[in-house]
Amino acid sequence: MNSSTGRFLVIIPAYNEEAAVGHVVEEVRRHVPGAPVLVVDDCSSDATVLVARQAGAQVLALPNHLGLGGCVQAGYKLAYELGYDYVVRVDGDGQHDPECIPTILETLRETSCEMVIGSRFVPGGGGRTSVARRLGIIFFRLLLRPILGKTVHDPTSGLVGVNRAALSVFSRSFPLDYPEIEALVVLQRKAFQFVEVPCRMRPRRAGKSTITALKSIYYVLHVMLGVFVNVLKYDGPRRR
Amino acid sequence: MDRLMDVVSLFSIALIVTVLISLRRAHIRVEYSVGWLAAAVLLLLLSRSVTALDWLAGMLGAGNPALALLLSSFCIFLLLFYRFSISISKLKDANTALTQRLAILQHQIETLHAESKTPGQDQD
Repeated sequence: MNSSTGRFLVIIPAYNEEAAVGHVVEEVRRHVPGAPVLVVDDCSSDATVLVARQAGAQVLALPNHLGLGGCVQAGYKLAYELGYDYVVRVDGDGQHDPECIPTILETLRETSCEMVIGSRFVPGGGGRTSVARRLGIIFFRLLLRPILGKTVHDPTSGLVGVNRAALSVFSRSFPLDYPEIEALVVLQRKAFQFVEVPCRMRPRRAGKSTITALKSIYYVLHVMLGVFVNVLKYDGPRRR
Repeated sequence: MDRLMDVVSLFSIALIVTVLISLRRAHIRVEYSVGWLAAAVLLLLLSRSVTALDWLAGMLGAGNPALALLLSSFCIFLLLFYRFSISISKLKDANTALTQRLAILQHQIETLHAESKTPGQDQD
């Protein structure tokens, strides 16, 4: 939005979030006045597109349901093609507090990190997390520690900001299912850096999480396999 | 044993006929029918040739030709399913890329329309 500090875009992936997405867009616009907001609608069957437009967002409407990864990547592709320098992703269910967006953008601009993660578990962050989810987060934290060479406190956080270098990578290669953890490994393969900033997470405003108890087992196995495959994958020489 | 061989032969012939009918009705593409036809013909040959089956049982260390026949059928269809998993994965990737491209083009058309209605206004 500002040519001296780089143009940025806020993307909000949404699937059947008519009850929450309007409020999320309004909150983003309140905390980051003048920021272009793009809702990426994953072929919702409810009024998500209409509500998002009424709240003042642009809408990228996918004609087929792709799942979270495909939906986020569509937003990254458009942002990359339109020449944006930074993109911040905020989920459409209202769990992420948009108050953190300026901090994420400031960190992206002032550090050499390609990705900034809004984290519940660094000092200053917060939010209620179920015991099962917390255990999962601890498990992935331990799994990722040797791969990334540093601890990522909140590896499942979807509140992330990326710069143009990461945008370039993600617009070409992005995990299609449960993308947050695998995306970290994709970045690591390119020797990119990330940092966490404290953010608050809230209960979702409406609807239910798509990850049920049974799916959470599949989630863990799927992500572990995805991480393993990404570690093995040779994707050209690493950046020095 | 003879009955098992006959059952496998009948199954193979039924599979060949089904695939040919599907081909004729354009329900299956030629490239995907080749694998099924090859598998069916191979099973038919094995079920009709005791010498070949004995040799296969010796090679696999199965001891029993019937077990060798079942094992080879299982392996043949496992390979076919794996090949289809690869095809489905490629189709899913292509579908994802097409869906994203279509949405982006649609978005750009809408943006151009909006800009042509309000000239001089920047997208940001």
